[in-house]
Amino acid sequence: MENSQLLTYLLFTPIVGSLIILFIKPDQEKLIRWMGVFISGVAFVISMIIYVAFDSSNPAFQFIHKVLWIESLNVSYHVGIDGISLLLVMLTTFLTPLTLISSWKGITKQVKMFTFSMLFLQAGMLGVFIALDMFLFYVFWEVMLIPMYFIIGVWGGVERIYAAVKFFIYTMFGSLLMLVAIIWLAVYASEPLGYFTTNLLELYQVGPTIPNEIQYYMFMAFFFSFAIKVPLFPLHTWLPDAHVQAPTAGSVILAGVLLKMGTYGLLRFNLPLFPQSSVHFAPFISILAVIGIIYGALVAMVQSDMKKLVAYSSVSHLGFVVLGIFAFTTESLQGAVIQMVNHGLSTGALFLLVGFIYERTHNREISYYGGLAKLVPFFAFALLFTSLSSIGLPGLNGFIGEFLILVGSFQSQVLDSWWFTIFAASGVIFAAVYLLWMYERVVFGKVTNPKLEGLTDLDAREMFVLIPIFILIVWIGIYPSTFLDISDTSVKTILDNVINNTYNFFS
Amino acid sequence: MDASLLTENLSYILPEIVISAALIIIVLFDLIFHNDKRIIPYLAVAGLAVAGFFIIDQFSFEGSAFATSSSANNFGMITVDNFGSFFKLFVVCVSILIVFFSFSSEEIQKTFDRLGEYYALIFGMILGMIILVSASDLILIYLALELLSLSSYVLAGFTKLRDRNSEASLKYLIFGGVSSGLMLFGISIIYGMTGTTNLYLINPLLQAPNLNLITVSFAMILIFTGIGYKISSAPFHFWTPDVYEGAPIVITAFLSVASKAAGFALLIRLIKTTFVTFTSPDGYWQLINAFDWQALLIIISIFTMTLGNFTALWQNNLKRMLAYSSIAHAGYLLLGLVVMSDQGLTAILIYFVFYALMNLGAFYIIMLIANKTGSEEIDDYTGLGSAAPFLGVSLAIFLVSLTGLPPTAGFIGKLYIFIALVDAKMIAVAIIALLNTVVSLYYYVRVLKHMYLQKSDSPKDAILPSTGQILFILILLVPTLLFGVYFTPIVTFAKNSISLLGF
Repeated sequence: MENSQLLTYLLFTPIVGSLIILFIKPDQEKLIRWMGVFISGVAFVISMIIYVAFDSSNPAFQFIHKVLWIESLNVSYHVGIDGISLLLVMLTTFLTPLTLISSWKGITKQVKMFTFSMLFLQAGMLGVFIALDMFLFYVFWEVMLIPMYFIIGVWGGVERIYAAVKFFIYTMFGSLLMLVAIIWLAVYASEPLGYFTTNLLELYQVGPTIPNEIQYYMFMAFFFSFAIKVPLFPLHTWLPDAHVQAPTAGSVILAGVLLKMGTYGLLRFNLPLFPQSSVHFAPFISILAVIGIIYGALVAMVQSDMKKLVAYSSVSHLGFVVLGIFAFTTESLQGAVIQMVNHGLSTGALFLLVGFIYERTHNREISYYGGLAKLVPFFAFALLFTSLSSIGLPGLNGFIGEFLILVGSFQSQVLDSWWFTIFAASGVIFAAVYLLWMYERVVFGKVTNPKLEGLTDLDAREMFVLIPIFILIVWIGIYPSTFLDISDTSVKTILDNVINNTYNFFS
Repeated sequence: MDASLLTENLSYILPEIVISAALIIIVLFDLIFHNDKRIIPYLAVAGLAVAGFFIIDQFSFEGSAFATSSSANNFGMITVDNFGSFFKLFVVCVSILIVFFSFSSEEIQKTFDRLGEYYALIFGMILGMIILVSASDLILIYLALELLSLSSYVLAGFTKLRDRNSEASLKYLIFGGVSSGLMLFGISIIYGMTGTTNLYLINPLLQAPNLNLITVSFAMILIFTGIGYKISSAPFHFWTPDVYEGAPIVITAFLSVASKAAGFALLIRLIKTTFVTFTSPDGYWQLINAFDWQALLIIISIFTMTLGNFTALWQNNLKRMLAYSSIAHAGYLLLGLVVMSDQGLTAILIYFVFYALMNLGAFYIIMLIANKTGSEEIDDYTGLGSAAPFLGVSLAIFLVSLTGLPPTAGFIGKLYIFIALVDAKMIAVAIIALLNTVVSLYYYVRVLKHMYLQKSDSPKDAILPSTGQILFILILLVPTLLFGVYFTPIVTFAKNSISLLGF
């Protein structure tokens, strides 16, 4: 394709940008902040150009750029996107400039290193979503850990060091398992292929031919790594710590994009490479997903800290995505993909709002607040809007994703039981309970806390961050086809591949 | 031996001759010109450079020198092959770095009047090592090992500044004495059984049908004791933490890289020339059924890395922590040998190149910081990230590389070890190794945590390295990062260096 280097430009924009920032003097904070926004803005523009040029009816990977990188291992710098990656790439480039703007007030020390870390992180995330070579994918997957470690550890809350180390070690454990599985897969595939390669597209041909007893282990190694990142119950324990301790921008990126890397990995690697195992383990994984949905919701309900509540709600929402993936119907997979985007927007916005109010009061306890509707009406409206979107109110984005997932899992031949849908649906109700209950306690009633007097409402900068997110929330809610169409063909390709390879099961 | 044969044989050991000559020149220079000690390091570098030139000259040349009249096939005491040349070059390059390393060492500069002795001893070690990696006769191996050990015993306690130095030296001597005694016992048993000390001649004799396998195993375990002590593998590692902590940092760095490499070279040569019958086309070695090296090495390597990593978790002294970490790295390196294949051997060579870069780098920065703060305790690293930005970032990169995270060279080293393991279908072992890596992450990251995340109570004085020091760090740092993303030259070099004479 003639525009084939666009993805490379996109990937290298934040890398080059972060290097430029290194050469600015640390006391030029204003310049650094604007540079950060400018660079991530350029990345957003490039991703828009890619979106316009993208052909969503083409099932193959597009914008492929391939350069032989390491001859001895036959590793290439090989990037390309399909509809699913495109959505997540756009989500990344969309959220990064907004989070950078949102942190202008919250981050006051070491602005230079913060901006550098955020841009570096963005490069890592983009790399993960566009890599078509397993080695390249692994490098980006790991590279991202280091800036995230510093973002949590340097600019985080009181318990930040504990949270940062826990995050690092948890993720590292999973990714090393994946490394062994990648090597195992590549070594295994070198026999039928006749040469060693880490090219994902070639491994796609070999993966389904691996006998089940070996495939199960490989599947589990990949799955384990991604499940930690998602995070799937019971591997979620790093998440509340990391989310709560991270600075607002870190939480938004963690919830908005980093968690999606786990579910993206399941879609990109587990399903196409190991279709038989995916179907084999689907009921088991779906049970974990449903437990996660309900467990996350119940734990969120009893939280007294707003940020913790939002963090646990992520466990619940990501459970929906995993359920959607392993229900193996077009609807459920489409729902899972759009729900990834939805969760990035809604939970991202929730973290932003909690962050904005925290910057004013330095308190996140729900009981500290009350009667905010009178004091800060715009904030109150924004919180209501975001909460409703997260709950899944029809007309807003959350509804589309959850509805598709529930419909899909209901029809699922693989799960073959209504109970998954029934239990999962209860998660929607619980979400309404914990979010609206929090909303009631924070926003309604009389102002009981005298310290809240004189609280200022959202300023122009904060509005500027929120409004684009709100526009997308309504857009997806009212006219989801814009986004569903992007991933439609890719999702069907993945699903067809699974069905063709597990023909006995579906016939 | 007629003159032409002698000349030919001597041409095989030109690098060794150059090092010996340099050693003598340094001693004489020190005796004659008392007041020009400054020049000695440059003499040392010159000597090493000339030796390096001859080693490079010997590449892709194979031969065996100093054959005794009884030995058929002309297999002598010294073997020249790419494998040996690789390790000789490795030792010489590391030694050059160590000379520059010593420039910044306050411990060494404080004993300036004994600089001649210092370099003479260093050259004693170098000579021991380069003979060790090319020796193919048990007696010569033993002599080289003793030369290496005796020089290092003295160097470990060289500065005499603190009690710890002498303690380190004495401990090293006692452990070393016992294990080399055991090794000599093993050698004598092998000689008793086979009637020869030449590795190449032992090989066919071990294939005899009526061999007493228990005796062979016993002898081999005894010989391994001597090697295990050199490469600091468990359970022969006990000297390592004390010696590494007590010795001057330069010597610690030298021991942890060069001496370990020489030990590995010896182990590999011993196994490959004595126990391997042939190499199958896909790179796997067929071992003689006399002694199960694979079983021994699996146990030793898993034991070594697990012990090293778990003990490192509790260390508060950075030198001591790196000592345990170097034990753990010996375990990873042994994994490359466990698979008994050419892939594994390539992985070991690659790993050594990267390990040298990152380990020397980490030790160098710890030394620079200790020069200023006088401490290697982890608590004194709190807030160092802002007091010493360049040193902090460099140390962070070296530690990340030691952990084995991309995009650093350490990752590539581990990657090749993992590939070799998976290719040999030893997935369980690979998983144990990766669990170990997770453990190691904790203690390496702990240093980063102190440097960057924790706030120090008192403001720290800025530590500004000199231009020369920055240059030295960059020499190690740039390849550590560069080889993390582009490592084909090293891999090609390693692949060309795995050929041993006769195999």
